[in-house]
Amino acid sequence: MGEGLLQIQLHVNGNPHDIDVEPDAPLLWVIRDELKLTGTKFGCGIGACGACTVHLNGKATRSCMLPVAAAANAQITTIEGIGAIEGIGAQGLTAVQAAWIKHQVPQCGYCQSGMIMAISALLADNATPTEDELGAAITNICRCGTYTRIRAAVASLAAGAARGGA
Amino acid sequence: MISRRKILIGGAAATGLIVGYSLWPSGRREHANRLAAQPGERFLAYWIKIADDDTVTVLIPHCDMGTGTFTALSQLAAEELDADWSNMRAETAPPDPLFANGALVEGFALAHEGLTRESVPAFLQGTVLAAGNRLARLMDIQVSGGSSAVSYTGVYGIRVAAAAAREMLIAAAAERLKAPRNAFHTQSSRVIHTPSGQGFRFGELAAAASRFSPSSRPNLKPKSQYTLVGKAIARIDIPTKVNGATRYGIDVDVPGMQFAAIRISPVFGGQLLSVREAAVAGNPGIKKVVKLDDAVVVVADRFWRAQRAVDALQPVFGDAGIARVSSASIRERQLEALNAKTRKPVVAAGTEAGAGAEPGAGATPETRAAECTYHVPYLAHAAMEPVNATALYRTDGTLEVWAGSQDGLGSRAFCAKAAKIPLDKVTFHLLPSGGAFGRRLPGLWNFLTYAVQTAKALPGIPVKLIFTREQDMRHDYYRPSVTSRFSAKLNSDGTPGSWANHYTTTDDANAGAHIVYDVPNQSYDAVKVTTPVPTGPWRSVEFSWHGFFVESFIDELAHLANRDPFEYRRALLQHKPRHLATLELAAAKAGWGGPLAPGRARGIAMVECFGTIAVHVAEVEIAAGALRVHRITSAVDCGLVVNPDGFKAQIEGAIVFGLSAALHGEITIADGAVENRNFPDYPLVRLANCPAIDVHIRESDAPVGGGGEPGTPAVAPAVTNAIFAATGIRIRELPIAKHALA
Repeated sequence: MGEGLLQIQLHVNGNPHDIDVEPDAPLLWVIRDELKLTGTKFGCGIGACGACTVHLNGKATRSCMLPVAAAANAQITTIEGIGAIEGIGAQGLTAVQAAWIKHQVPQCGYCQSGMIMAISALLADNATPTEDELGAAITNICRCGTYTRIRAAVASLAAGAARGGA
Repeated sequence: MISRRKILIGGAAATGLIVGYSLWPSGRREHANRLAAQPGERFLAYWIKIADDDTVTVLIPHCDMGTGTFTALSQLAAEELDADWSNMRAETAPPDPLFANGALVEGFALAHEGLTRESVPAFLQGTVLAAGNRLARLMDIQVSGGSSAVSYTGVYGIRVAAAAAREMLIAAAAERLKAPRNAFHTQSSRVIHTPSGQGFRFGELAAAASRFSPSSRPNLKPKSQYTLVGKAIARIDIPTKVNGATRYGIDVDVPGMQFAAIRISPVFGGQLLSVREAAVAGNPGIKKVVKLDDAVVVVADRFWRAQRAVDALQPVFGDAGIARVSSASIRERQLEALNAKTRKPVVAAGTEAGAGAEPGAGATPETRAAECTYHVPYLAHAAMEPVNATALYRTDGTLEVWAGSQDGLGSRAFCAKAAKIPLDKVTFHLLPSGGAFGRRLPGLWNFLTYAVQTAKALPGIPVKLIFTREQDMRHDYYRPSVTSRFSAKLNSDGTPGSWANHYTTTDDANAGAHIVYDVPNQSYDAVKVTTPVPTGPWRSVEFSWHGFFVESFIDELAHLANRDPFEYRRALLQHKPRHLATLELAAAKAGWGGPLAPGRARGIAMVECFGTIAVHVAEVEIAAGALRVHRITSAVDCGLVVNPDGFKAQIEGAIVFGLSAALHGEITIADGAVENRNFPDYPLVRLANCPAIDVHIRESDAPVGGGGEPGTPAVAPAVTNAIFAATGIRIRELPIAKHALA
């Protein structure tokens, strides 16, 4: 173990990983460069854009500013794991991912991992958000401007939840 | 523009295609097969290969940057081939001259007979200059820009190649049955002998078909027989964009790879003077500090270690003699240049740009005149994926580079030059881009330069260089800051009797300044104002500024003439039926003139660019000085639409892009450097302030127009015209956020 490094155990997508790392290394880069899970993206490095959003114990968390040590005892879910963990469809897609395909949401797609993680966490708390609630809760940036399709996809999920008696 | 339109109309006629391309000598096909065909598949014609199992693969000579071109171009190919959609695949074409985007360039080159530097679209100019104006070299590029993927590559390249491949498949079937070729038709990936009904799968025929030569003038399907083109087929790139599987440039993983962080001189062109190397000595994982002319790079085993080290170095840079350059000084120089060009300066020293559309004191209706000055700031591209590149310079003198770029082949040549090695020593891997918007076009490749320079300093070690958001924002090639002045005189009926426009430019005169309205006595004058701020194409290029200027000024004239802005434009488009119909469609869909909730108002604007006409109607509300854009209703005529849903998505996105710029977009310069650092001081539209957007496509017989850019320019003037309608406040300088609205 090098100078200033700690052994930290991370639980990512249900799997434990032991890594030697500075405790203040950003979780984002540990996920991407140590664990090679590159679906979680670097956008701003200051928690301003949401491209790096993962779930920490089910809660949407921007990983680019979170010291890895702060995630040591948490269940971390990334975009690669959300389908396997929550997936219900034939292709292991969550309802949110399936709605993203149905509404043809992504363009470049770079922000969509974080967007899907943020929206999934919101819908777990509030299955039928109003447009205002959605806008207040989701501040992720999509530079391609897919917001109107995101709204339509969320509205269809909310309508499904309402029909399902949720 | 006019000549481009004229030729395209000829070229897009349903059956006779005027633009062919040279035949493929058999040697080239063998080269293509060696480069990009797997066992069991082979090329038939440019970009089209067919496998034994009937799979048709289209090699796309463009970067996937989110515009849906892989799907649209595959649709065009499947349509001409009569291939079953389930058999279609798309791959990124290797950056090899063989797959160079000749069709794109031919489209532009033919449009501008007697190609000169001035007539080359701005997004291609870097390449043209690099190539010393040699058209032959111009053919060796693979540019994704100019909204050209479908309208040029698709229409003149891939569509023709697919039709030629279909004829080759028929030739192979005819040979097999010893029957005349005209006794065959194609359907669902099969060639069928019409009289007998006997059929062959494409896969059965492909090997024999590949021995025929592709025709440069194959028969093309008439539009009336299209079954795939015009359908909203689901995009093929989306499934891997919802599960994190798409690998962008930033996601490349090469064995033994190290990570690099860079600090570039904040002042453009400032020399690196010193670094505190002792500050990082002994830090874990640090491999090397690479000192470049105007930057310092730290290479480490992890990105965050490199990033922290480059901060700790506290590099000191020179000021390149431009420490006094600021946004204000640049605008002052622009005004001086315009004043020198304008016979009677209309802006007094010390006043804001924009003296206002005021009828002169005591003016009679016949002499009503307007003089207005407008200004737009620098803008950053701010794509979500910060620019990055991975490079490996081997000890044997070869170079391998992985990156997202809007020109794979050009990038390869650029990297060879940067490394000072021959082109054949360089391999370039073109990867999907997390947005581009012009940032990855030729001439804007500082990330490639720095990556190659870093790799050369560490032979044998692959290095991934990532710009932080701050470096990406402060070392972009910005949408230029431009000042533009108009004067017009109104006829007694209120219509413009003259139109004079003087504007600043960073390079050449812009065709985009020219208006489509029926106005006599037009004059244009561009004055060049150079600054040390690097500039480059930004989604919709010159239309992003001239669209705002022209559509603001015409709106001012409408109000000066006491006319409804929609009716005023209508009256000036009587000889432009396509524009008129698009304008009327937008107005009808937006309920123009209809009742509005209290505090709300509408504004309209129209911009034609890249062969597409876009009209936006913005519905805004100003309450207690706060602006809310509720809705953008858009009508768009791009001629033939290949994939309506993909096209709509591009217009929606382009509207949001234009709205971010209109509301908040401003890169400011102080002390010779960009002041903005990250998203908090370069705000972009988010879900909470994104309006509802309704896009209405108007199909016409016009040639296929561009999709990626044309939605952007008319947004800002539609919103500022609506603000004027609501408040009487005329915004002549963007962004809107700089102005008090109460």
